[in-house]
Amino acid sequence: MSEEKSPRTLKIDVLRYDPNDKNDFPHIERFEVLEADGMTLYIVLNEIREHLDNSLMFDFVCRAGICGSCSMLVNGRPTLACSTLTSKLDAHITLAPLPLFKLIKDLSIYTGEWMRYLNEHLETWIHAKEEVLNFDKLEERMDPALADEIYELDRCVECGCCVAGCGTIQMKPSFVGAVGLNKVARYHLDPRDKRSDEEYYELIGDENGVFGCMTLLGCEDVCPKDLPLQSKIAYLRRMMMKTALKN
Amino acid sequence: MKQEKIDKVPAWLDFTQSATGLILALFIMGHILFEASILVSNELMYKVTLMFEGYYFFGETYPGIVSFLAAAIFILFIVHAALALRKFPSSYQQYKIIREHTTRMQHEDSSLWMIQVITGFMMFFIGSVHLYIMMSQPSNIGPYASSHRVVAEFMGPLYFMLLLAVISHAFIGLYRLALKWGFMEGKHPEISRAKFKLLMKAMIAVYIIVGLSSLGKYTYIGLTHDFSDGVKYKSQTIHMENH
Repeated sequence: MSEEKSPRTLKIDVLRYDPNDKNDFPHIERFEVLEADGMTLYIVLNEIREHLDNSLMFDFVCRAGICGSCSMLVNGRPTLACSTLTSKLDAHITLAPLPLFKLIKDLSIYTGEWMRYLNEHLETWIHAKEEVLNFDKLEERMDPALADEIYELDRCVECGCCVAGCGTIQMKPSFVGAVGLNKVARYHLDPRDKRSDEEYYELIGDENGVFGCMTLLGCEDVCPKDLPLQSKIAYLRRMMMKTALKN
Repeated sequence: MKQEKIDKVPAWLDFTQSATGLILALFIMGHILFEASILVSNELMYKVTLMFEGYYFFGETYPGIVSFLAAAIFILFIVHAALALRKFPSSYQQYKIIREHTTRMQHEDSSLWMIQVITGFMMFFIGSVHLYIMMSQPSNIGPYASSHRVVAEFMGPLYFMLLLAVISHAFIGLYRLALKWGFMEGKHPEISRAKFKLLMKAMIAVYIIVGLSSLGKYTYIGLTHDFSDGVKYKSQTIHMENH
């Protein structure tokens, strides 16, 4: 005889604020939701919006930890709501929007603007440096192990968790953060990218780049995609030091 | 292709902070052990003192060597502090942000960094006092002279705080240094990180126990020894003109 346990009542405290409403101010609102088997925070938030308060705002697209839209602070730590099971948490859960990014409303934030600036600033695309583009030319072959390594870093979904988990960037917002450094590491590995070490140094060889990282490892520990951020930042640090040495 | 000369300074600043930190941490590891020779016997501690004054190399003691070593450590200490200062929160707002961040995140490594900031800041002052005394009174190191300093000259409380600060700072620093540069990372960085963290905690515990025991012994000697004929130690085996 299996014992049927009565479901928990989850107390969900949400930090709510609408910056466009002049009369609004940041405040915590509590919702109570009956827990179900296999429930994720994505389901909880939809439950709230459908049955308790349809004005609650939050972002979702894929529901499967792929798009990176639903990043938020869960009990103070950045993570993706859709891949967070309520069964792993206490019955009392606090939700807040990620800091640093532009707040749209409640849990909804605009990471796009920040990420776009970052990508433009770090030029996160292949610099083939061909004088004339030849679309008929076959792409150079790549060692599968290297392709895998690059692919591993390409899995970043720009959810912003590493940015919200980084103490350095909270204090010094001009720091590029793990998301930026990971992208640079990705292009630095890519043999199709013809940028020299010195050009990479120009991008991240300062205190807004890799030398600003204080190794708090918030990024490494909160990344929902388990990217090897700690070791890639260490790799870049060594590369940039070598570049400084040979110049 | 635009190719300006790169600014190498940020790389060197980062490297120098790491390198000075490494040397200072290794120095502290030795320092605490040498000073713990008092736990074995007064005689052994005396011999360690003589060794640093060059007795076993030159047959005579030169306290100037200790002054010189202390000055060298002081310089490294100042360079390290100056470079580390770059990372400190530089306004109340920044302090509040990092404080709230670490409280909210409940993330061990972020909190460890806060300990680095606090212990580092403490050592600006208490570390300087200690280093200056070692530099200016190099011959006043010994089983009785040191005990006298701990008790009668009231350095005990300062040494107690310095011990806690320096041991935590040194081993947390070494741990962070390994991760920062990818030292012995291996194929599974998360496993080596867990091992380094365990090692760091074990070393902090061991060194604090050893350090506190030595400090206890010096305090005991300072309280019980009769200093009426000076603070110099009279060795049973080594007889020297000047001592």
